[in-house]
Amino acid sequence: MSRDYLIKGLKLMLFDIALYASLIIFFLGMIYKISNWFRHSIGVSGGDIPASTRLAAAIKGLLRTLFSLKLFILIKVFVVDAVFQIRVLKEDFLRWIMHMLIYAGFILLLFLHALDGIVTEALFRDYESTLNPFMFLRDFFGFLVIVGIGIAIIRRIVMKVPRLKTDPMDRYAIIILAMIMLSGVLLEATKITSYHAYTRMVEDYADTDDESELRALESLWVKEFALVSPSVRAPFDKQILEQGKEVHEYNCEACHSRPQSAFTGYAVAKIIKPVALGLDHAHASTIFWYLHVLACFFGLAYLPFSKMFHVFASPVSLLANAVMDKEKSDPANIVTRQVMELDACTHCGTCSRRCSVAVAFRKIGNMNILPSEKMVSLKKYVARRALDDRTLREIQEGVYLCTNCDRCTVVCPVGINLRDLWFTVKEEMIQKGRPVPLVLSQLSFYRGVDRHDLDPESYPNPLRRSKAAIADACELVKRPEELIPLTPVNRAFKDKAALSLQARTFVYCYSCENCTTVCPVVGNYADPEETLGLLPHQIMRALGLGLRDLALGSNMLWDCVTCYQCQEHCPQGVKVTDILYELKNLAMQEATAPSEAASSSDRGALEAV
Amino acid sequence: MKFALFIGCTIPRRVQHYEVSARAVLETLGVELADIHEFNCCGYPMKNLDFETSVLFSARNLALAERQGLNVMTLCKCCFGSLRKANHILKEEGALRDEINRYLAQENLEYKGTLDVTHLLSVLHREIGPAELKEKTTRAFKDLKIATHYGCHALRPSDIMGFDDPTAPVLFDQLVEATGAKSIDWSLKLECCGAPLMGINDELSMDLAEKKLRNGKDSGADFICVACPWCQTQFDSVQEMMASQRAMNHHLPSILYPQLLGLAMGIDREKLGMDMNRIDVTGIEAFLS
Repeated sequence: MSRDYLIKGLKLMLFDIALYASLIIFFLGMIYKISNWFRHSIGVSGGDIPASTRLAAAIKGLLRTLFSLKLFILIKVFVVDAVFQIRVLKEDFLRWIMHMLIYAGFILLLFLHALDGIVTEALFRDYESTLNPFMFLRDFFGFLVIVGIGIAIIRRIVMKVPRLKTDPMDRYAIIILAMIMLSGVLLEATKITSYHAYTRMVEDYADTDDESELRALESLWVKEFALVSPSVRAPFDKQILEQGKEVHEYNCEACHSRPQSAFTGYAVAKIIKPVALGLDHAHASTIFWYLHVLACFFGLAYLPFSKMFHVFASPVSLLANAVMDKEKSDPANIVTRQVMELDACTHCGTCSRRCSVAVAFRKIGNMNILPSEKMVSLKKYVARRALDDRTLREIQEGVYLCTNCDRCTVVCPVGINLRDLWFTVKEEMIQKGRPVPLVLSQLSFYRGVDRHDLDPESYPNPLRRSKAAIADACELVKRPEELIPLTPVNRAFKDKAALSLQARTFVYCYSCENCTTVCPVVGNYADPEETLGLLPHQIMRALGLGLRDLALGSNMLWDCVTCYQCQEHCPQGVKVTDILYELKNLAMQEATAPSEAASSSDRGALEAV
Repeated sequence: MKFALFIGCTIPRRVQHYEVSARAVLETLGVELADIHEFNCCGYPMKNLDFETSVLFSARNLALAERQGLNVMTLCKCCFGSLRKANHILKEEGALRDEINRYLAQENLEYKGTLDVTHLLSVLHREIGPAELKEKTTRAFKDLKIATHYGCHALRPSDIMGFDDPTAPVLFDQLVEATGAKSIDWSLKLECCGAPLMGINDELSMDLAEKKLRNGKDSGADFICVACPWCQTQFDSVQEMMASQRAMNHHLPSILYPQLLGLAMGIDREKLGMDMNRIDVTGIEAFLS
């Protein structure tokens, strides 16, 4: 017997060590992660505000909100959006059910079962984990979580919900949760069937030494309660069972409900019955106990660093966004909130499902176009992790390829203000790093209309840099004094344009200049060539001559207002506006892949002269 | 009469009152609308980047509407231009359609090319008609002079848009006049509002807008009337910005056509979002009879 007590003592010691170790890691992790909200910066000027100022601003803002009428808004949002998650319900019923099952089931399990010594015992004086309703409820809550995990796996693997990407973080979350639940059920099942556990209970609690009474009790447990005994087996004599029942009622019933109430464990116990003796012999229940405890503690220690951190960050996001706004809140708090929002994202993919430009992903293949994936990349970016050039460029492109339609912001279940986040991040991305050709598209409309929110001094820089990057690859356009041969000089370029659906009509141009005459942009300037470079008819001509540098290097391309006056007025049916579009496409492609630009330039033609 | 309503990206973000007022007017006129929540961007802002990508954007929308057997009606002229052009190309160019459909097939979609793309104004003019609209007006405007702004991407390229005569259009003028207002003559009527350059070359964009506004005002207009969220943003938010930046003294507020029509039809001003314009247009209600 002393050996059993030794093992039990050792188990408890290990339990305590693991518990305290994981608690320490958990708390240090929480402090580290929350400190990142203040230490990491986002946005062009986010880094200018020191962490201490941001922390002070956050405390001030928090106190001011708590002692104002906004407190009622916070309470309402907490109940509606954090506890009942109505935002998820509105978007997707199945997802809501899945999440409610996991989260409600898990929290109830946490209080009733994991913290039973602290919570349940304090609430119910006659609490015993082996007694109903507690025994039943433990299994019932566990069952809810398991069904939730099942739906999660089905959604991610079988249903393949469109644009729902599963990354390692999502997988770890599901695996850890599943490990906790499965080890718990198996622990219960092996305990139900365990002869060891049974004999220990009899030794501790049975008030009899009578062989026949004990045998009768054992028979009853084998017959009724899925116990697997090495010696007692069916069929059972009716009288013996009757006797067993009496012994059971007298000795056991007061603190042990029928195991059937623990229905998940009981069901598994029935399944493992044929191998139960072997499992018991191998101390399977002890193994599953370790597994269960270690999985729980691992989950606890890993929580701040995993997707599960959202259980803290998401409610913070919901609450912060309910009471903050761009105009009135302290800019220091906006920076902090936006860094925090990256942690609040649960990678649920709702934004990507509703995203207006997500379809571009099929053509361009840049994951960062999808808002949910942008969040993953931005987490790395904000943490200042070393990112290679290509990754950075993909983040830049993905972030800017957005029509500002607001749909992601409207549907985000954790209330992240994605509209403001994109606004901040876009500006940072185009101001820093390489030029982003996409700024020269109508995606920039928001920047012009909302320019009062941007720094006026640096405002034109991204546009200037992108135009310069494109013009830099067009040497010829910068040297108007050069003689240019009048024979087609850049065949490859001309052929490419002639094959394009949009551009092929340029060959009909006979330089009547109608396009230039009707162009409202040309008409806006006293000396248009000085501002615009080549004018529309000259660009058509340059294209006809196969002069790539001239066709792609003019400001006219980017200053075209796409009003189609030129195209409408062309007597030759040259699709002038569409051709300008095609040239912009070519220039953008080459600007995104600079090596291609170098090889397609007209340099060779110049040297031949 | 039922259409798949294509809202696009700019309206929900900046010109919600356009959608609100259009729905109110169309409901009163008995035009049924279907909302397809899977719709994406029309492809317009992708045009500078890549032609095929922009066609793919349009094609996905068309395929979604085709699955429900509904023609598409847009409120935005740029969405109209992009969808209509893509629709034309997808019908004409089999090779491109096949390629685009290969992308769409990844989502079990296909565009066969059976749809028509139309604009709110075309529906009001062709399906209902100015005469019937006039009958429906319970409080016609009196002595109201409107500078009617057509919007480039509806008119041109005319061979594909088929909206109206590109050099002497009357469609929008007739719709404006159905409300009792007078659609004035002004020389820059068919010119661009400048919105496509906003954010790329703001000065040029505002130059173009300012010329139009000045020309409209000088020609005697009380209001400018538009039916496109880009034009509206340009003549509303950007005009507001220009007033402070450029010391403009030719203030010409911009009203959305369904707001104008709705008022004349006696629809509740709340339902027309009359207080949602940045530059106040409520003064127009004084012209109601």
